[in-house]
Amino acid sequence: MKRVPAVLVALLLLLFSSLASADLTIEITKGSDRAVPIAIVPFASQAQGNLPEDIAQIVNDDLARSGQFSPLSRSSLIASPSSSEEVNYRDWRAVDSNYLVVGQVSQEGNDYRIQFELMDVYGERRMLGEVVTVGRDQLRSAAHYISDQVFEAVTGIRGAFSTQIAYVTAQGAADSRRYGLHVADADGHNSQQILTSDEPILSPAWSPDGNKLAYVSFETGRPSIYIQNLANSQRVRATSFEGINGAPAWSPDGRKLAMSLSKDGQPEIYVMDIASRDFRRLTNNSAIDTEPDWSPDGDSLLFTSDRSGGPQLYRHDLSSGESKRITFTGNYNSRGRFSPVEETIFMIHRASDGYHVAKKDMETDRLTILTESRWDESPSVAPNGSMVIFATQEGNRGVLGVVSADGKASYRLPSAQGDVREPAWSPFMN
Amino acid sequence: MRFDTYLKSLIIALALALVAGCSSTGGTQDGRMDGADGGATGQGATTGQTSGTRMGQGQTQGQGMQGQAQARIPDQRTIYFDYDKDTIRPEFESTLNAHAQYLRSHPDANVVLKGHGDERGTREYNLGLGERRAKSVERYLAVQGVSDSQMEIVSYGEERPAVDGHSEDAYAQNRRVVFDY
Repeated sequence: MKRVPAVLVALLLLLFSSLASADLTIEITKGSDRAVPIAIVPFASQAQGNLPEDIAQIVNDDLARSGQFSPLSRSSLIASPSSSEEVNYRDWRAVDSNYLVVGQVSQEGNDYRIQFELMDVYGERRMLGEVVTVGRDQLRSAAHYISDQVFEAVTGIRGAFSTQIAYVTAQGAADSRRYGLHVADADGHNSQQILTSDEPILSPAWSPDGNKLAYVSFETGRPSIYIQNLANSQRVRATSFEGINGAPAWSPDGRKLAMSLSKDGQPEIYVMDIASRDFRRLTNNSAIDTEPDWSPDGDSLLFTSDRSGGPQLYRHDLSSGESKRITFTGNYNSRGRFSPVEETIFMIHRASDGYHVAKKDMETDRLTILTESRWDESPSVAPNGSMVIFATQEGNRGVLGVVSADGKASYRLPSAQGDVREPAWSPFMN
Repeated sequence: MRFDTYLKSLIIALALALVAGCSSTGGTQDGRMDGADGGATGQGATTGQTSGTRMGQGQTQGQGMQGQAQARIPDQRTIYFDYDKDTIRPEFESTLNAHAQYLRSHPDANVVLKGHGDERGTREYNLGLGERRAKSVERYLAVQGVSDSQMEIVSYGEERPAVDGHSEDAYAQNRRVVFDY
């Protein structure tokens, strides 16, 4: 595999201009030196008129964002095959492309028929070939599906390009701020506002089936935890105890919600059975216990506690009822999140120059700082474990950042206006 | 005496109006933010900061009224905290005493103690820190004889900054407990 020099590009990809001005745009801030060169040829079209979406470009952007691929620029594509029969592998070896994606689109009534193929250039073989038929408003989804297939065929890791993100926006001066809760595609497109308020909104959390969001809203003047159904916007207030009602986290089976409640004096971790509304208290001390997260197997919970004097991460074993401290590097480690795929925990770690996203390998015990930004908050891990989305600051503006789990690639998702914060990466939707 | 009180209130109100009119330099109508450095701030050249200090003196005089019924809600309704601390700074004790007096003499009055922190660190943890500060004020007032039923606590953590920005000055103004009657 050819190594491409590290690319440090601040490239504003104006993906498309649409009516949905609330969408987030993408700025790639750091490319990985391990990225695999891939050529994605613009898809041939037999459809009437111009296609409303450039499918090859969407696939290109998806794969580039992942940090694992380095798509060739369009100007360096030396041929434009639209099927594997038209491919001359020698051409693509000449431009050092390890892989090649080709495709074509035709119209069938109101639907579009998209055929795509993935080739291994050096092995001279077709790795994938598939046909997808979608409606006009699903062309972007189809492109993300293609990205998922290509990503998995090459890396062996399930793609997460068809997932969504939830996030909170804040606009206006400090004394007249408007808050919004949004859901968008993982690339920032197709954003939808699902709640607005004059009072703060925070800590959105996806149910494991991707159908609901739990979040904290101060809309009554007090914090409460709500659960909102995304399909019909119906919602219920799950808790409104005196004091803090915060940090909701779904159990992997979707039946329970862990949270932090201060009704008994100071923030403690509780688990609520969603159907019965029974509560079980897991912690009991005079410290702040908050920011729970379930292990993928559902057997333990991670949480932040300052019982040692400053915030550190603890792991609570549900069967033994014991909590064990697991972070010892530095004097500020909080908001831990399990990787869904390996024994790794992501967190916010304070170093001498600020607050960074860091990861701890549970086997080697090593803590690695992943970001260079200084005001990081709220890490949330992609369902395939390959990327972490987080909130940070750019100038005086809150933006979302994404960093690969190895820290080698990163990009930003700034909003056109106002602050963006509190990202939550959805589970797989299909 | 009553006229005297009225006069003092008027002076404070005027000082407040003056400060509010030029508060962008950092003085707020709630007085000094930064404990030990407060004197230095008071010597600052801008009118806003100078007025802020003058107002502080007005309240110092107000302490002379302790032990008597506090007729109206004290004007200073925000007190500030040091980084990562929930201890009441000595210069705000007079403010708390005035609120305690008001609440004792008005058993029907209720106050929401709103705890806030600066933006550093994670949001949910900061909710906990904001609550700790509000509870620290609540405990102080309870010791002064204020009934628990008159006080309620809401923590906003870093969600409702008084001032935007990443400066130490902004942080100092955001680490606060606000009395909301």
